[in-house]
Amino acid sequence: MAQGPSRRFAALHGRIERRAIVFVLAILGVCSVGGLVEIAPLFALDNVIEPVRGMRPYTPLELAGRSIYVREGCYTCHSQQIRPFRDEVERYGAYSLAAESAFDHPFQWGSKRTGPDLARIGNRYSDEWHARHLAAPRSLVPESIMPSYAFLATRLLNPAEYARHVATNRTVGVPYTPDQIAQAATDLVTQNDPDADGAAFAARYPNAAQRAFAGPGRPTEMTALVAYLQMLGTLVEFDWRAPDPALLR
Amino acid sequence: MSSTTITATSPATRHVQYDDDVVRLFVIATMFWGVVGMLVGVYIASQLVFPGLNLGLEWTSFGRLRPLHTSGVIFAFGGNALIGTSLYVVQRTCRARIPGTFAPEFLFWGYQLFIVMAALGYVMGVTQGREYAEPEWMTDLWLAIIWLTYGGIFIGTLLRRTEPHIYVANWFYLSMIATITVLHVVNNLAVPVAWNSARSYSLFAGVQDAMTQWWYGHNAVGFFLTAGFLGIMYYFLPKQADAPIWSYRLSIISFWSLVFMYMWAGPHHLHFTSLPDWVQTLGMAFTIMLWMPSWASTLNGFMTVSGRWDLLRTDPILRFMITAVLFYGVATFEGPLMGIRTVNGLSHYTDWTISHVHSGALGWNGFITFGAIYFMVPRLWGRGRMHSAAAIEWHYWLSLAGIMLYVTAMWGSGVLQGLMWRAYTELGFLRYSFVESVVASRPYYVIRMLGGLLYLSGFLVMVWNVVRTVQEAAPFAAAQPAPAPAE
Repeated sequence: MAQGPSRRFAALHGRIERRAIVFVLAILGVCSVGGLVEIAPLFALDNVIEPVRGMRPYTPLELAGRSIYVREGCYTCHSQQIRPFRDEVERYGAYSLAAESAFDHPFQWGSKRTGPDLARIGNRYSDEWHARHLAAPRSLVPESIMPSYAFLATRLLNPAEYARHVATNRTVGVPYTPDQIAQAATDLVTQNDPDADGAAFAARYPNAAQRAFAGPGRPTEMTALVAYLQMLGTLVEFDWRAPDPALLR
Repeated sequence: MSSTTITATSPATRHVQYDDDVVRLFVIATMFWGVVGMLVGVYIASQLVFPGLNLGLEWTSFGRLRPLHTSGVIFAFGGNALIGTSLYVVQRTCRARIPGTFAPEFLFWGYQLFIVMAALGYVMGVTQGREYAEPEWMTDLWLAIIWLTYGGIFIGTLLRRTEPHIYVANWFYLSMIATITVLHVVNNLAVPVAWNSARSYSLFAGVQDAMTQWWYGHNAVGFFLTAGFLGIMYYFLPKQADAPIWSYRLSIISFWSLVFMYMWAGPHHLHFTSLPDWVQTLGMAFTIMLWMPSWASTLNGFMTVSGRWDLLRTDPILRFMITAVLFYGVATFEGPLMGIRTVNGLSHYTDWTISHVHSGALGWNGFITFGAIYFMVPRLWGRGRMHSAAAIEWHYWLSLAGIMLYVTAMWGSGVLQGLMWRAYTELGFLRYSFVESVVASRPYYVIRMLGGLLYLSGFLVMVWNVVRTVQEAAPFAAAQPAPAPAE
């Protein structure tokens, strides 16, 4: 190997390592390249998120449920990202699409499946199953190692608080309308009340279920979490029971 | 082992009074948070065997305690070790005292406050839900202030140095300080629900959020757990072996390839997801290239003790350090392997990831820290050597046995889970339900729990040894060693 360039490089480095500020600036410059190349285009390219039909922002009740999902660290054991494998599609449903998490601040794809993936858990079990399972997992699945979340059922939701969460989501880019923000507290209560007039709510949130998710009474944290779980992966309009085999790797 | 008083060999050596008070504080904090972080780890590992240990309380559920464990060992145990050793190293290799009298104390107590804020938050459910970046916005802001203070102290010392060159260990510490600043700020951009609310929503969503988070997450590993701890290795290994670093040029190759390439590797955490394929492929390519900094530093570490291998029999401290280099080499060989998309298809979402992380964390980060602390404690507290050499041996073998049980158990359960999830019957149906893979993992979870318990036991032996050494210490004034030459 030629000694010349190698020696010159060592001499150059000898100069850099005598100057602390130059050294720091060199590190900052060199380390920035990867992030700029990989992250910046994701905000600029049109084909990063392919458009789908059916996606809408979370209802205030679902958003409250999602907030509880984040708070309890559900992502430490459950993913929300189905990979395009034959076994995953059969077990969990159609592989996840970028558009499905486009309103997720933060994303909750997860990195570990100590429990199963939840990306399409919605409408697979009854509301009652979820409420009982969250309160006492081993009463329904004896082999489960999931913690009990019985305390959620005793915590009443504060609709005004989650109305502020809706407004904050608008600030970070979720396309909530002024109407959706203004009516957020009302909508949160309406969605959990099967007897309430839901026409305006349904107009604001197409395809949102309106029912008592965890029994009658004022909405609790359990209500919100069940409402969130029951809509996961149900919004996109396509027949996910029969995915196009050509799209599978 | 060398004695307390190291005589300066160069007549040009000026007498510099190092600020070791703050280093001593960081060493104590490292020991304290190590116990907390590892104890929580053993506890949540036990919860996976005995789910009743979640106690049905919100504060003690796995979901809330898991970030307490990861942040506890990475940022509390590892962070205190990194800041403490870096302040020890930068003063000695620059032959300059760290600047300020208030700033180092502010750094120490400010960092402990950050840890307490984050930890209390996790237990109470205050989290951003971003792996390894769970602290909420106000804790993040506080950490930013502390981290910039740290950068100021470290770079300030470099600027005051009386040595012409910046020693290689400091390059690695410096890269940690610089890149963690960038990563921390960008990844934690968020809008709080209100100024008096602990909750915030991240600025990015979905695909972009995932990419930003794993750019951060991978490089928290790359620059906190790799570059920072390489800084420890590049100073303490040659000191303990009493030999210079084998190759200066290999250090340069290792350093700049690490700084450049690590930042590209984040997408390997997102293989087969909704992230565009071109980003995944780019991330995978750079992930494989990470063998370059990995092998360069591994080789440099091994060759530094070349010709002195007999010391491994007699010097358990050097044995800790060399075993750490071995685990560094092994874990960073395994990492790029798991970053290959086909392998990742099997390993991702399984315990294989947990195995990989712990061979790095327990074997590399843990062992190099133990070696450095065993090196520093007698010198910082003015003792000739550690209280008990036998206890160091016990610590070594208990920890090593613990790692072996832990890592092999999680390999076993990881591969088992991956294969069970994709197994079919001859008629083409999925062979196993998900919960069958949970049941099948249980024996491995028991072994993992025991492995963690052994590792914790070894660490408790170390804590006892450090406490006894400090108790026997002579008064500081009499114990202040004369400055040693830089390299």
